Amino acid sequence: MAQGLTARALVAGYGDALVLDALDLDVPQGRITAIVGANACGKSTLLRALSRLLKPKHGHVLLDGKDIHKIAPRALAQKLGLLPQSPVAPEGITVLDLVGRGRSPHQGVFTRWTQRDDEAVAAALEATKTVDLANRAVDELSGGQRQRVWIAMALAQETDLLLLDEPTTFLDIRHQVEVLDLLHDLNAARGTTIVMVLHDLNLAARYCDHLIAMTAGRLHASGTSEAVLTEETVRQVFGIGSRIVSDPVSGRPMMVPIGRHRVDTTPAQNEAMEAMGQ
Amino acid sequence: MLLALLLSAAVVTLTLGRSYVPITDVLRILLGGEVPGATFTVEVLRLPRTVLSILAGLSFGLGGVAFQIMLRNPLASPDIIGISSGASAAAVFAIVGLSLTGPVVSILAVLAGLAVAMLIYGLAVRNGEAGTRLILVGIGVSAMLQSLISYVLLNAPAWNRQEAIRWLSGSVNGARLDEALPLLTTFIVFGLLLLSRSRELETLRLGDDMAAALGTPVSRSRIVIIISAVSIIAVATAVTGPIAFVAFLAGPIAAHIVGANGSLLLPSSLVGAVLVLVADFAGQFLLPARYPVGVVTGVLGAPYLIYLIIRVNRTGRAL
Ligand SMILES: Nc1ncnc2c1ncn2[C@@H]1O[C@H](COP(=O)(O)OP(=O)(O)OP(=O)(O)O)[C@@H](O)[C@H]1O
Ligand SMILES: [Mg+2]
Repeated sequence: MAQGLTARALVAGYGDALVLDALDLDVPQGRITAIVGANACGKSTLLRALSRLLKPKHGHVLLDGKDIHKIAPRALAQKLGLLPQSPVAPEGITVLDLVGRGRSPHQGVFTRWTQRDDEAVAAALEATKTVDLANRAVDELSGGQRQRVWIAMALAQETDLLLLDEPTTFLDIRHQVEVLDLLHDLNAARGTTIVMVLHDLNLAARYCDHLIAMTAGRLHASGTSEAVLTEETVRQVFGIGSRIVSDPVSGRPMMVPIGRHRVDTTPAQNEAMEAMGQ
Repeated sequence: MLLALLLSAAVVTLTLGRSYVPITDVLRILLGGEVPGATFTVEVLRLPRTVLSILAGLSFGLGGVAFQIMLRNPLASPDIIGISSGASAAAVFAIVGLSLTGPVVSILAVLAGLAVAMLIYGLAVRNGEAGTRLILVGIGVSAMLQSLISYVLLNAPAWNRQEAIRWLSGSVNGARLDEALPLLTTFIVFGLLLLSRSRELETLRLGDDMAAALGTPVSRSRIVIIISAVSIIAVATAVTGPIAFVAFLAGPIAAHIVGANGSLLLPSSLVGAVLVLVADFAGQFLLPARYPVGVVTGVLGAPYLIYLIIRVNRTGRAL
């Protein structure tokens, strides 16, 4: 029986509109997977379907071979965490309280807060560098600080599988890199399986072990970043020309987009653009 | 702190009034003793009134805040969005139209409250969020039910009508202790049910997606919460009438007192009880004429409602 999180012939959507179209997916266990694709292609919908928020119309999502809709919600939430795309914090709630709510799947109806919960929250604040914010109100933080607090909450949940929908939006470049480093550490230290939607193809290529490119509710390509991040795929998935070079820092592929303007037409680039039929 | 406030309010309503009965005498009477001249005042006039005020207040405060938290909107309290009106309409119809009394009235009120809740929910809630649409639909439904109530009243015999009007303005006049039992039972049963969902309710404040990600069975929780809150509110409404705005005010006041962290269920319930006790006392003794408690809370609640509507209009969200 398949281990980890898998989707089989998954069809899901909202009302009559189908977004995911018979999608098959095996999330590599203990790895970092990045999902990329154009706006509205169904990335968030996929994460929602993978984490029980959306019931499939057809097909299944399985965790260790078991249909996730047949697993008790709380038991599932102890294994699988999700950070949705734009979560909203209740007015006035403090960082500490919000991060503490990440512990709720580990608490019974009347069970008390334990030492274990304290430790998990402290570790999550530490990892996301939000210790200093602990007593601030979440709705008074900057977008980037807030994003880190939400990530802290997801970390406090201490799941083996963590799905994150655009965890780096709103963050400045330094904090983007810090979040990705943090997720990398989590993966290395605890073996946490991570699946995240990212819009920055280059950071995705650099940090993930496995890259998935989606178009219109299907997996267009998946594999290593070398296999997926190609000029061909970028054109098919995003409808834009590009050059792929080698990332001087990581050695992974790096995509340089080509728009209509500001293209320095040296012979080499002319050649590239002709090759793309422009 | 809130508990102490509630206790002192209860003591005040038992000792003060037309005549002063010292607290020692009150205690002796409550324990079954006789104090000439005071036993009747405390046992028949004041105690039922105080007990009923507390129970009704606890019920309104708890049911109201459960709705506000679940729908993430302070305007989404049952007395604003027509659920209380539904219960009232059913109760008025039962009292005036069918000359019923007792538990049957409560049961009808609960059923009507649930029906209205379903109706509004089906019409207006999207993704568990009570946006402007729900508030508008609720206010519309509420207005419709109010005119239904007027219609029933106009067609009622005069002697029934008087009683119904007094009841409709929300009143604990002529309270009897035997009315307290159904109220107490409902409050305990459904109150415990709500409290057992308190953790889930807290996750629902983060949005349906987040709640589900934290292991809350969203639809099932919501059904339990709606049924419990509506039952509590409707039974209290059937006994005391719709005491205006207590359900609506208790939660925000509690949030001011205890802060936004942690569960608001118990604090809000206690605030509801204090509100009803104090407002009833004010209506009886502090104002130039005697007013039913609902009139006093109505005067308190209306400005806050206006303030909230203006603020929600400006910022688009609240709570
Ligand atoms: N709650 C909803 N109800 C109805 N349709 C929805 C809902 N959420 C998303 N959709 C639709 O489903 C499609 C896929 O949306 P989804 O949010 O999965 O896209 P996405 O790939 O995450 O896009 P983005 O990069 O902009 O976040 C879109 O056409 C969108 O309009
Ligand atoms: Mg998305």
